[in-house]
Amino acid sequence: MNRLTLDLWVGFFVAIGLASLLFLALKVGNLSGSNMGPTYRLEARFDNIGGLKIRAPVKSAGVVVGRVTDIQFDAERYQAVVGMNVNGQYHFPRDTFATINTSGLLGEQYVGFEAGGDEAMLKAGETLKKTQSAVVLEKLISQFMFNKASEDKKEEK
Amino acid sequence: MSVFHTNLLSTLRNLGKRVTDRLWRLGFASRFLLATLLYSGMTLKRFHLTIREIYFTGVLSLIIILVSGLFVGMVLGLQGYDTLQRYGSSEALGILVALSLVRELGPVVSALLFASRAGSAITAEIGLMKATEQLSAMEMMAVNPIARVVAPRFWAGVISMPILAALFSAMGIFGGYLVGVQLIGVDEGSFWSQMQASVDFREDILNGVIKSFVFGILVSWIAVFEGYDCEPTAEGVSGATTRTVVTSSLAILSADFVLTALMFRGV
Repeated sequence: MNRLTLDLWVGFFVAIGLASLLFLALKVGNLSGSNMGPTYRLEARFDNIGGLKIRAPVKSAGVVVGRVTDIQFDAERYQAVVGMNVNGQYHFPRDTFATINTSGLLGEQYVGFEAGGDEAMLKAGETLKKTQSAVVLEKLISQFMFNKASEDKKEEK
Repeated sequence: MSVFHTNLLSTLRNLGKRVTDRLWRLGFASRFLLATLLYSGMTLKRFHLTIREIYFTGVLSLIIILVSGLFVGMVLGLQGYDTLQRYGSSEALGILVALSLVRELGPVVSALLFASRAGSAITAEIGLMKATEQLSAMEMMAVNPIARVVAPRFWAGVISMPILAALFSAMGIFGGYLVGVQLIGVDEGSFWSQMQASVDFREDILNGVIKSFVFGILVSWIAVFEGYDCEPTAEGVSGATTRTVVTSSLAILSADFVLTALMFRGV
């Protein structure tokens, strides 16, 4: 086969290969969406983080405003320290309430911010004071079962 | 000595011979890979040799890769929908199709297809060159057969494999989209947005590309080695071609397990 035709075909082959990689990166993956611009770091302490994972979203009013970057255990206070990168555009009052929520009944867990009324804003590196732990489904169920059992006993008497 | 003892002794001897034979071949294969890499400098300078081989291994494999990718994606769409709708989460079809293709099926299935479509052809070609003493003739003319014949085919395989795997994944996702969204009627917006939310570029897509790159090295290495090492007879060439397909399929699947264990340990 002619060398020029050969080059043309191989060029076509490499080009559609790169195009499919681009398709995977932009349309299938989240390369375009992962760039949040400048971020700042916030920390929050929780008694129990449930199934929260690194890279889980941080949402306020349902909008993604950041991502969880690291999760550590504080051996002195027996609490989990969750580090988050929050989009630099958004600032939250100092009495913002951080909760761990679940999207849907069995969905992934995320950190939710509920803004408070303080005039002063949280600065980079600060810790959120007010937090609420993840709801552990087993605890809820067991509480319900024990209540039910004690009610039954009362009725027997 | 009784007959039983002689039998036992010969069985053991045969076993030992097979093990040492395998070890000898592995050593020779490693030395061969090293030689191929050493002589690649010369090959890459005359890059049109490699381009010619990319045409034969890559471009001519396009049809089988694209068609099987489309069908694998379409089957994933049907099967995934059937299971997911029992739990009322058919919107997650996009995640299922994309993750299974990008992480596993794309690299592995396209490498298996590549081994049987292109790897066997490489082995047969080099084996026949050896059987008809073309390789010896090259050496007579002071042309190094490893630099002239082996290295271009090796690099063509290494370059083609990631491209083919990416095409397979893209085609498969398109097939899943066709079946899931167009045929069954999963919501198009949630199909794509859930996919984008859970497929990570570095963790999933780049790891898939790395996998296919490793498979490309394995398949091309096995193919050129089996061709170069085969017995120079018609029977020897056919045996070497069979061995290429069997050995590279096993190598791909076992390497896939090792790579998956290294890459996706689940944070």
